[in-house]
Amino acid sequence: MIHCFKFDDKNIVLDVYSGSIHMVDEVAYDIIQMYENNSRDEIVDAMLSKYADRADVNEAEIDECLADIESLKEQGKLFTPDKYEKIAIDLKKRRYTLKALCLHVAHTCNLNCSYCFACQGNFHGERGLMSYETGKRAIDFLIENSGYHKNLDIDFFGGEPLMNWEVCKKLVIYGREQEKIHDKNIRFTLTTNGININQDVIDFCNQEMHNVVLSLDGRKEVNDRFRVDIKGNGSYDRIVPKFKQFVEARGNKSYYMRGTFTHFNTDFVNDILHMADLGFKELSMEPVVTSPDSPSALTEEDFPVLCEQYERLAREMIKRNEEGNGFTFYHYMLDLTCGPCIYKRISGCGAGTEYMAVTPWGDLFPCHQFVGDEKCKLGNIWDGISPEGKELSYEFAQVNAYSRPACKDCWAKLYCSGGCAANSYHSGGKITDIYDYGCRLFRKRIECALAVRLSNLSEDDIDKSLGD
Amino acid sequence: MTRIVTIKTRDLKESAKGCGECQTSKQACEKVTK
Repeated sequence: MIHCFKFDDKNIVLDVYSGSIHMVDEVAYDIIQMYENNSRDEIVDAMLSKYADRADVNEAEIDECLADIESLKEQGKLFTPDKYEKIAIDLKKRRYTLKALCLHVAHTCNLNCSYCFACQGNFHGERGLMSYETGKRAIDFLIENSGYHKNLDIDFFGGEPLMNWEVCKKLVIYGREQEKIHDKNIRFTLTTNGININQDVIDFCNQEMHNVVLSLDGRKEVNDRFRVDIKGNGSYDRIVPKFKQFVEARGNKSYYMRGTFTHFNTDFVNDILHMADLGFKELSMEPVVTSPDSPSALTEEDFPVLCEQYERLAREMIKRNEEGNGFTFYHYMLDLTCGPCIYKRISGCGAGTEYMAVTPWGDLFPCHQFVGDEKCKLGNIWDGISPEGKELSYEFAQVNAYSRPACKDCWAKLYCSGGCAANSYHSGGKITDIYDYGCRLFRKRIECALAVRLSNLSEDDIDKSLGD
Repeated sequence: MTRIVTIKTRDLKESAKGCGECQTSKQACEKVTK
């Protein structure tokens, strides 16, 4: 399978099953699309007719292009057949071991954001803070069930994790002790709304946190529409100075400014650029995940606007990169030469198998977006996975890029791994469904991501398969 | 004339020949970047 698309002056061809990417001129672009279903003579006639006014398009040139295409096909870089079905089946049978936990250290929050999927931090349940003993047991549970994995990930999440900051710090210290004993490498991360950031948080995070995610929706009026405190006061003026201080002190360690856009700011690129202009360079802006009945839910009418925005963002990133003032956007980060292997691309995020969320009381769920749904409870950190939880975990192991009929002919399936199980569950009621709106946005983002990446090529990026 | 420029990418077929040390993915494979 191939996917051909244009972005401004670029003609891009993606060979889905090899991962190869080709930049081609418009003649090759047309020939490649005719190649599999037309004879040589049909292609020659069509090209001579379409490009009759061009001296460089003659029979010999077309034959040369056809020979190049055939050569790439023989090298396994174009029209590569799909031979991964067996891997997908094997992955379903694999005995998974745990490698990441989302620790819900606080089911409470000091903000009251109406669009929050966590229902203002309590996940549709009672409020509570994780005790140190529960957190310790969660770390032990992760290590005990991590098998051969050396790299383990623990995210402090909520609610607002800084409302339980002393426990977070003690758990990091405990984790550091345990990783030495068990020869593991634990990467801690923190997601925060910023309200409780102080010098202690900054110093400790910059010492210990592999990554920090800082929630900001962009422009003041956009951020303060939803990100308000219990009294309804906006948070922008309180958090932006703290975020600036945090990021400045962080040096070259990872962070993300992470926003949510809704039906009320479909011009979300203005919010991304606002954050870039504030001096933040690692940015993420995500479509809201909410009930279709919500006023903030994205609509079908919004869709073309969002696509135009993603294109606008790509052009702006290309421009700023050229000016030496670039920034990164989470969804446009593609590592072409050292990206994920085929196993990772097929199996996806690992929710319910390699990754689980832990509530303040030690209950286990497939991921943070399933917390609070008792039907999706896997067990707890003291007794382990329950018999019902094992059945559910098995169901999660069955969903991958090859398990959903709707993904069969999708060119992007090895980039999204079949999409988000939680989005599928919340939009269609089953983790085996797809969230079509999300799929269409995802495909647009990958096209834009490729366009951005291919706008910044060096000689070293060029594969000399066809010779100079 | 050159009408096709191929960009260097990780060969997915070759990658079939899975260490699981990458982060769960609220980007680069660590194995091949080492």
